Amino acid sequence: MIETHLPALIALNFLAFSVIIPLFGMWRVQWSQPLAVLGGGISAILSVYGFITYVNDTPLRYFFGAWEPPIGIEFVYDGLSAFVIMVINVIAFIVLIHSGPISVKEFPRKRMAYYSVAMLMMLGFNGMVLTGDLFNLFVFLEIASLSTYALIAIGEKPAPFAAFRYLIIGTAGGTLFLLGVGFLYTVTGTLNIIDMTAMIPEFADNRAVITGTILIVTGIAIKAALFPMHGWLPDSYTFASSSSSALIAPIGTKVAAYVLFRVILYLFGIEWADLVIPLTWIIGVLASIGILYGSIMAIAQNELKRMLAYSSVSQLGYIILGLSLANPYGFIGALLHLLNHAVMKACLFMVAAHIRMKEGHSDISRFNHTYRKKYPWTMFSFSVAAISMVGLPPLAGFFSKWYLALGTIEANSWVFLTVILFSSLLNAVYFFRILEKVYMKDPFADKEIPDDQAQPDEVKPSMLWTTLTFAAALFLIGIFNVAIVAVLLNIFPA
Amino acid sequence: MLDFLYGHYAYWLTIVLVCIGLYGIIFKKNLVKKTIGLTILQISVVLFWVAIGSKWGATVPVYDPDIPVADAANYLNPLPHTLMLTAIVVGVATLGVAFSLLISVYNRYKTLDEEEILNEIQ
Amino acid sequence: MTDLTLIPLYAVLVSLVAVPFILASDKRPNLREFWTILAAVIKFGLVLLLLPSAIQGETIELHLIEIAPGVPLALMADPFGVFFAVIASGLWIFTSFYSIGYMRGAGEKKQTRYFASFAVCLSATIGIAFSANLLTFVIFYEILTLATYPLVIHKENKEAISAGRQYLAYTLTAGLLLVAAAAITYYLTGTMDFQPGGVFGGLDLTAPLMVTVFLLFLGGVGVKAGIMPIHSWLPTAMAAPTPVSALLHAVAVVKSGVFGVVRVVGYVLGTDVMTAFSLHEILMVLAGITIILASLLAFRQDNLKRRLAYSTVGHLSYIVLGAALITPLGMTGGIMHIAAHATMKITLFFCAGAIYVNLHKENISDLNGIAKVMPWTMGAFVIGSMGLAGIPPLNGFVSKWYLAMGSLEGSMVIPVLILVISGLLNVGYFFPIIWRAYFKKGGPELEKHGEASPFMVVPIMVTAVLSILFGLFPNLFFHFFELASDISLSIFNGGTP
Repeated sequence: MIETHLPALIALNFLAFSVIIPLFGMWRVQWSQPLAVLGGGISAILSVYGFITYVNDTPLRYFFGAWEPPIGIEFVYDGLSAFVIMVINVIAFIVLIHSGPISVKEFPRKRMAYYSVAMLMMLGFNGMVLTGDLFNLFVFLEIASLSTYALIAIGEKPAPFAAFRYLIIGTAGGTLFLLGVGFLYTVTGTLNIIDMTAMIPEFADNRAVITGTILIVTGIAIKAALFPMHGWLPDSYTFASSSSSALIAPIGTKVAAYVLFRVILYLFGIEWADLVIPLTWIIGVLASIGILYGSIMAIAQNELKRMLAYSSVSQLGYIILGLSLANPYGFIGALLHLLNHAVMKACLFMVAAHIRMKEGHSDISRFNHTYRKKYPWTMFSFSVAAISMVGLPPLAGFFSKWYLALGTIEANSWVFLTVILFSSLLNAVYFFRILEKVYMKDPFADKEIPDDQAQPDEVKPSMLWTTLTFAAALFLIGIFNVAIVAVLLNIFPA
Repeated sequence: MLDFLYGHYAYWLTIVLVCIGLYGIIFKKNLVKKTIGLTILQISVVLFWVAIGSKWGATVPVYDPDIPVADAANYLNPLPHTLMLTAIVVGVATLGVAFSLLISVYNRYKTLDEEEILNEIQ
Repeated sequence: MTDLTLIPLYAVLVSLVAVPFILASDKRPNLREFWTILAAVIKFGLVLLLLPSAIQGETIELHLIEIAPGVPLALMADPFGVFFAVIASGLWIFTSFYSIGYMRGAGEKKQTRYFASFAVCLSATIGIAFSANLLTFVIFYEILTLATYPLVIHKENKEAISAGRQYLAYTLTAGLLLVAAAAITYYLTGTMDFQPGGVFGGLDLTAPLMVTVFLLFLGGVGVKAGIMPIHSWLPTAMAAPTPVSALLHAVAVVKSGVFGVVRVVGYVLGTDVMTAFSLHEILMVLAGITIILASLLAFRQDNLKRRLAYSTVGHLSYIVLGAALITPLGMTGGIMHIAAHATMKITLFFCAGAIYVNLHKENISDLNGIAKVMPWTMGAFVIGSMGLAGIPPLNGFVSKWYLAMGSLEGSMVIPVLILVISGLLNVGYFFPIIWRAYFKKGGPELEKHGEASPFMVVPIMVTAVLSILFGLFPNLFFHFFELASDISLSIFNGGTP
């Protein structure tokens, strides 16, 4: 049964658990988190299994109720979706394990609702990745978004306001997407992505198709926080609860980026997407500006989570820049960075959660050298993730940048190459600033902070080893990136 | 020219509504008014879909022995309309989430004016 | 003959393996230092095992794993790599002994971090020496950058931290330029391997492109090689403890830079490409300017270590000049100078450190009369400085001689002039130090001091004696001269010496 129903099982499992959690949670609230971990674990295992089994096969098309398109709806489990599904489910699983102690501390009475909504959000994301139908994409997008708004609203005092602003912008994006889908539908008469792909060559220069494409890309770009549509992101990630930001930051924008891949590279294909307007060039330029803008803004921040949020804007730019190059290296670089950035950002946000938990704040200017004694392993993970973000070998971050750089050279885009390299330096500025504070006595400080009394005071093991897992993963992905790259090369739509 | 304007009136309506919706979202300072703008935006898209599914001189998509099915022009396209049922539901859910967020915002800040809240956050 | 395939890997890893032991022995300094010295000795032994085959011109290659499609993480012990590895690992032994005396004498804190970082640095350096392709080189190059950083900021005072920031800013930028250059090379040639004679042969190249690639490479390796105008991190990095300045900022790190320059000139771009696009002229002009300017700037430094640092900047460009001449003899001289400068400059830095620990003096103007209390140290200092000035029979003379021969071989007179002027300038900036130490009367505070601890003096004497021995017999022990000329010939003949 698993064999044939795998795509549906991966996604619908989350739906089941979003119901199971309230059922048990009303009885015993402390069961919510373990149940969510269980749910996340099942999907993670299934998606890893599916990835290993099906990655080199022809795409698996799953028809719901055995109704074939155009009447029925389908999930498409091909290399790209299998890869992205695996990344987001495994990351979510580990983050859910990590979130236990945070949920007890930050929102003890909302745990049941929190985890139920988190499951719904994962359903939305999984659905977005798997669906083979543009309208269902919209529906899953809205499921994911609505749950995200709810999760972000659980947090500090300004959290509901940040969530509301995200809701306004995000829903507007979703609506533009729907409008765009409407344009495409009027011309092609289908909503199925595979069917539509077959028809695009006939209609690619149709004005309705062009308008629809622009609307779709704009709508998704809002979700992906592509510059200049990133305004909602910093506030949302900063004010949300530490566990929410660790869960949403690595996954949310990635899935939106995946949809851009799906639409531009698969639905249209490069040549048709660029037929009338230089679409990939435009998003490449926007991504480049976003990379630099995000990095510069990150340097200006004093709050760790906000800094990481701006850094996300910048890193998302890499992924989309890789997409815009539309050559194999750019594609590999982008997808590898999708994986790397998810791991790095999860790790970094988890470290931010540790500091918040122990120190009650994550204000960079108040970091000091006692942290290296108090939180040795947390800080080790932070260092690894930070160095990987800067892109130093042999950590994972280097390799995604390496492939992206090869991609820009192949595309003869020297400006983009400069952007990629220069932003690495900007990353170095904002990360080494923190490392310096944590690992060294501040000689400019007014009064000396003694570190003799500082004793190891690490967070709970469940939080620690999950963070360390991500740190170790960065080494492994770096060293064994060829295995991943070989798979990604097969996925590239020729 | 007049034909063009008249013949596409549904689309003109969509454009006007989209503009009104975006105006509300961007320029209104009151959060409830923003929400209303958002709803107008969503509804405009729903109307657009409904419009593309309709045809002149066609009937509802329920099988009628008197009207031959072979000629598709005799029936409306039911798909956009059914899809919009889902979209409306999504819109309602969004509205629900939006209002519950607004209640929470109001409880915390005692105001729904965007600028006042922003001032208080900073 | 035993199978040597895995020896390069072991040589790289041995100091890395020592790191956990060093960290674990945090509370027991003697055990901790034992690990360092053990690792150093084993590393040197492993490198020596590779020497016989290197002298025969053989190359041992080892492919580990594929790290990018078609590009393996690969080590190769070719003659040039072994040459550099012998110098770096051999001098690490002396530096380890010296570090013990210095760190304990100066009462430095966080010695565990110091020794651990040092071990990582040495792994990275040997990794650079044995890199078989550009990507492997880049990886070790960046590891070296990171591992040196804790050593630069070791003192954790304002000076050290700003030095650390400057160091990172320079070296990280350099790393990125190198990545860009490597990526373009890979795109153009489809390979990243180091091949004697270069990989660009037979390609249709344009001048703007090649100049860009060359400048990117130069920016990448030139920072660590201290080529002006991107040298200024080196004097600032003297904020580090002296053994760091001695081994890393006179041997390992900066020599990785010049090693990189020679690799790029001889093994990536190739001499034909260099001359075809006049790239060697760019390099020559930069090197010449650096040699003269750095020597002049050295005069202005009162801080002994900073003066030595500027002297290092100048001497590194000797090597760069040797590569830029594109003549076999010049290349030989440049490669010889890697070894020559290493033994001499490490001696001088060791002396500076011994003076600092023993007498707490950093400035040249305070050195009056110290030769009386530290006769051995100052004796070694004289040997080292005379060697750098190129006075026979010290080893600095041999390399300079070949550099001069090389420029004449290419019918160039200006490089010879530069060498002569720079030799005089060297005498000029070292002589005041010696004069003060021997002929000026010291202050009363010198009386209660004697010679520095034997942990420091013995390494000083050994390196000084080595400087003389290698000057008299360039082929002694390690066949440096034979290796250097073989390497240079293989570069010009495309693989065969």
